[in-house]
Amino acid sequence: MASRASGAMLSRAGRIRSRLQSSLEASALEIEDVSHQHAGHAAVRESGAGETHFNVKIVSSKFEGKSLVSRHRLVYDALADELRAGLHALSIVAKTPQEVAPK
Amino acid sequence: MSSRTAVSAVFRSALRPRHNPLLSSRFSVLQTRLLSSETRQAIDKAVASAPVVLFMKGTPETPQCGFSRASIQILGLQGVNPQKFTAFNVLEDEELRQGIKEYSEWPTIPQLYVDNEFVGGTDIMMSMHQDGSLAKLLEEKDVVVPAEGGDA
Repeated sequence: MASRASGAMLSRAGRIRSRLQSSLEASALEIEDVSHQHAGHAAVRESGAGETHFNVKIVSSKFEGKSLVSRHRLVYDALADELRAGLHALSIVAKTPQEVAPK
Repeated sequence: MSSRTAVSAVFRSALRPRHNPLLSSRFSVLQTRLLSSETRQAIDKAVASAPVVLFMKGTPETPQCGFSRASIQILGLQGVNPQKFTAFNVLEDEELRQGIKEYSEWPTIPQLYVDNEFVGGTDIMMSMHQDGSLAKLLEEKDVVVPAEGGDA
């Protein structure tokens, strides 16, 4: 856990947070590492490091007027490096500020 | 829940995921970063092989991942007609597993296609299931089992 090589100063959750914050200007962001729920999963064993499964809830005005598919693609694009480096699954809830505003 | 058991039974009996000779025989072990036109054509055919197509890990009877399992359950709850459904097990074919991600520009599996159109992954299916838009889509495409009790 803490013994990851240099260059990975932040946990993956931390990197996900900063990526989403900077590229999507998230106004609200919740990131939950749920890798432990998938501990026996083949992809988790392969990657070795844990940090494979995350739940992401993100609110961004960049989602306005966009379909769910486009919103998810924006999130995936922002996290492309992580996806290449062992991030295996993301559960994404992507909303606009308007959609989460109290009515 | 009994409804779920009934649904699974329907899927088990009728949703034999067709083992896809098209894909398996032609996909060799070579790993390419770019989608070859051959792979693209094979996936085109897979996507068009039924009105509802799910690329998943495992089979409808024995999904190998929670997201794939949830997707199958949603399709079952929606009453998708097994005769209009095909599932492709990406674990059987590494080139399909990588190729479909590039093809759909979507990095995760499962992936749902309806009438040749990419719909999304599990989160989107779940959200569309909850807000009724999935039922609407599937009805429009005429891929659900006809309501029972209508046999006059």
